[in-house]
Amino acid sequence: MSSLLGKDLVGLAGLTGEQITTILDVAEPLREISERAIKKVPTLRGMTVVNLFFEPSTRTRISFEFAEKRMSADTVNVASSGSSVSKGETLVDTARNLEAMRIDMVVVRHGASGAAKFLAERIESNVINAGDGTHEHPTQGLLDLLTLRQRLGALAGRRVCIVGDVLHSRVARSNIWGLKALGAEVAVCGPRSLLPNAIHEMGVRVFGRIEAAIEWADALNILRLQLERMQGGYIPSLREYNRVFGVTSARLAAAKRELLILHPGPMNRGVEIDSDVADGPHSVILDQVTNGVAVRMAVLYLLAGQKASLADVAKGGAA
Amino acid sequence: MTTSVLLKGGRLVDPSTHLDAIGDLLLVDGVIAQVGGSIVAPAGAEIVDCHGLVVSPGMIDVHVHLREPGREDVETVATGAHAAVAGGFTAVCAMPNTKPVTDNQATVGFVKRQGEAAGFARVYPYGAISVGQQGETLAEFGEMVAAGAVAVSDDGKPVENSHLMRTALEYAMTFGIPVVEHCEVMALAQGGSMNEGIVSARLGLKGIPPEAEEIDVIRCILLAKRTGGHVHLCHLSTKGSVDLVRWGKSQGINVTAEVCSHHISLTEEACDGYNTNAKMNPPLRTRTDVAALQQGLKDGTIDLLVTDHAPHHYDEKEREFADAPNGIVGLETALGVNITYLVEPGILSISELVDRMSCAPAKTFHLPGGTFAKGSIADVTVFDPAKEWTVDPKAFKSKGRNTPYGGHVLKGQAICTIVGGKIVYRLVD
Repeated sequence: MSSLLGKDLVGLAGLTGEQITTILDVAEPLREISERAIKKVPTLRGMTVVNLFFEPSTRTRISFEFAEKRMSADTVNVASSGSSVSKGETLVDTARNLEAMRIDMVVVRHGASGAAKFLAERIESNVINAGDGTHEHPTQGLLDLLTLRQRLGALAGRRVCIVGDVLHSRVARSNIWGLKALGAEVAVCGPRSLLPNAIHEMGVRVFGRIEAAIEWADALNILRLQLERMQGGYIPSLREYNRVFGVTSARLAAAKRELLILHPGPMNRGVEIDSDVADGPHSVILDQVTNGVAVRMAVLYLLAGQKASLADVAKGGAA
Repeated sequence: MTTSVLLKGGRLVDPSTHLDAIGDLLLVDGVIAQVGGSIVAPAGAEIVDCHGLVVSPGMIDVHVHLREPGREDVETVATGAHAAVAGGFTAVCAMPNTKPVTDNQATVGFVKRQGEAAGFARVYPYGAISVGQQGETLAEFGEMVAAGAVAVSDDGKPVENSHLMRTALEYAMTFGIPVVEHCEVMALAQGGSMNEGIVSARLGLKGIPPEAEEIDVIRCILLAKRTGGHVHLCHLSTKGSVDLVRWGKSQGINVTAEVCSHHISLTEEACDGYNTNAKMNPPLRTRTDVAALQQGLKDGTIDLLVTDHAPHHYDEKEREFADAPNGIVGLETALGVNITYLVEPGILSISELVDRMSCAPAKTFHLPGGTFAKGSIADVTVFDPAKEWTVDPKAFKSKGRNTPYGGHVLKGQAICTIVGGKIVYRLVD
């Protein structure tokens, strides 16, 4: 068990700036492993990691799987569709069954907020939250922080605005806590119907207009607009959303400084973000994906509590 | 043969007769025979030493869920009534959201008979307002009242159709029973699992705004004004609701209201860490709401205290917060919670507490008891307001263990509970 993070990573809320910085510092050199011809180090050899996905996910699951495999862990993917209620087996039973098979770590994605913590409290294995309901998605938050740090340097005093459906976004919450822990100024921007009612109490600035957010920010993290939000009556139409809140190159042209553009993916081009912005010079969206693997390797490494020094790992030395 | 019980030397507290004095209380053949002063024990009387204890008219909880018929694995009328007397309650009113719904004379009669057979607290059944609690057609109030129902409610959910609510208020007037509303606007509350605020925002849980309750509160008050019927509002949880009821009463509208012990003692913070034992509907709110509810109880805006005792099987609560069922058990902690959070901080006197837990429920629901007036039924609660104890859910008489107070140290506990002149519970230390 790692003394740095404790047993699990269920969220960035509650982590200190120092802890987060350490994770990012560990992730930085691990990026290089993925650039090698032989993308493998033996760090987690012999460890069993279960990727337990109760919700469909391509990007996050693949990113975790690459991270695990490049560190030589044995991985099993368990995909379970359907809601937890309609499923015969409860989450606690699933957890106990996995534990009975003597595993070391569980990476869990679940539709219910709190599911990762629930699991973490009931099994001895390390639990990594790969997204729980509308609560947190800590590794996404970390890879966003790493990407920002690479471009902006130290984040203290930097201004990051999270744009879109903050109400239903686990990515937004992890970013808010992580950015604040590192001393950044955080804002959110979106229709009021897609922001939590108590957003002011989260210590963030609120912009009602995207133009004002663009004027203020050093970076925009643009959230995916889930199509079901329209059916849920939160916004009238995707078309109007794009017209009022869409990040377009015309709007960015009015910015006082060059803005970094982040998006956790998958993008709805032409809805929350226009293609020329997504593919433009200020987009760091693919850097985020690359950093995702490194950050997840770092979290796996730190939770596994490896004794080997980081230098050894980066060199490909024995675990 | 005459049976008598003599309660010696306790502090007799009965606000209905303006009594608060040290003295004896004699119960003969199930009724209050003699009150106050020093009473010589009749031959064969059972004597209960009450020195240092409060002796009050029996506590009445007008809002409990006993789960029978339908979920006898979770609670039965007998286990619930046993839990009631262990908590100092001599009577409870059982909500009709059973399986099948208690919406007819046969089921009402069944619940009543199960209560009588158990021989613990008196069990007064509720009848449903609408058939199957479906919110469409009125249930047969007349037959249900004849079978023993003391009020009607669709509790668990609101009567969304305002015409049906209006009709229920009018129709109930024939039988002199309150129409009891679970105040909730479903369109606002749907999918929510806790109070809407900073804690829900942090936990990523859909919140229930206070207005989901308050809009229904004012709707019911206005319908009571229109009809003259008696509306009783369940488990109020917000400051806004207290303000609206205060206004309603100031207009002379026939509205009464209740508050749960958990809503005057806990806030939304109890949900932190996804604690499903702090999940109930209406949800725990904020400090401001708790203070307003306490004040409303003090000034009489809120008439009475209830538990909304809602047992669940342990593994039903052992799950994701949003999927866990609402509700907590309360019969065995309510007296301690109420004394700890209302009497200890000086918000209510002991006499006011007895009023809100015994006299007011009896008066509001037209039930026997709630008084030491000579000839009244001999339902008596003996409690120690100073006794500190630690809540151990495993020791509950209820089958439910779902309480947010497990491990809490509370002040005040029932020592002896008497129903119809018969000692049905004694605390064994």
